Amino acid sequence: MTVGLNHYLLLSAVLFAIGFFGVLLRKNTLVIYMCLELMLVASTVALVAFSRYNNTMDGNVFVFFILTVAAAEVAVGLAIIVALFRRRQSIDVAELNALKN
Amino acid sequence: MSSDIFFYLFAAFTTGTALAVVLTKNTVASALSLLLCLVGVAGVFILLDAFLLAALMVFVYAGAVVALFLFIIMLLDAQGGDRKPFKKTAYVSGGIAFALLVVGVLSFWKSGQQTTGELGSIVPVGSTLKNYGEQLFTTYLLPVQIVGFLLLIAMLGVIVLSKKFEGLEDIK
Repeated sequence: MTVGLNHYLLLSAVLFAIGFFGVLLRKNTLVIYMCLELMLVASTVALVAFSRYNNTMDGNVFVFFILTVAAAEVAVGLAIIVALFRRRQSIDVAELNALKN
Repeated sequence: MSSDIFFYLFAAFTTGTALAVVLTKNTVASALSLLLCLVGVAGVFILLDAFLLAALMVFVYAGAVVALFLFIIMLLDAQGGDRKPFKKTAYVSGGIAFALLVVGVLSFWKSGQQTTGELGSIVPVGSTLKNYGEQLFTTYLLPVQIVGFLLLIAMLGVIVLSKKFEGLEDIK
């Protein structure tokens, strides 16, 4: 079976699913963040595959913006995590329950 | 075809390292697995003739983002310790969700097949640097401006977030 668009989309879906499960199941905030990055990367794989098979540049240019947004997101998110750690001495989501009850 | 073998190689590598990100107990190992996963994705990009994006992927993600992650892990000393990464309920719910997902992906695979030509028969549009520049400064000029502002706002936000506030009372 020759590799076509479907294979790339399947790879993208699998990567996205792995990242999604990581976000749902892990308790460490840093690992959750890494899994978020994984989901973004999975979406870029789909975009690049679509743009290659449809013979356009638009998907590739879109990936540029996704990269930029991801970089900004990581910077802000990690700053939030550091601020959180300073205040609570923990980055475990199970212990971040100030809004509970 | 040889590029098919490379696709399967990179796909297996990427999926395996992505699983390692989620499953390993040690946060540093997670970050390093993420690094390998991104390198695998860069390989997939090369197969799709997106050479510039592959290079950017390695520079921006592997170079900056993962380094930042490792830096924060070391700073907070958050390696995970002896604590198990998952609870028992997480195993059960994860298993059920995984089964559902497998069914979903299989049905997608069976019914949603797109008929596309082989990659060799489609002439690449030429994702050269010149093409990117042309696109970015004509069609996508406004998004480029917006993204520039976004980066500025992110920078200011990080500075504000990492400042110490004296008068703020502690949240619980």
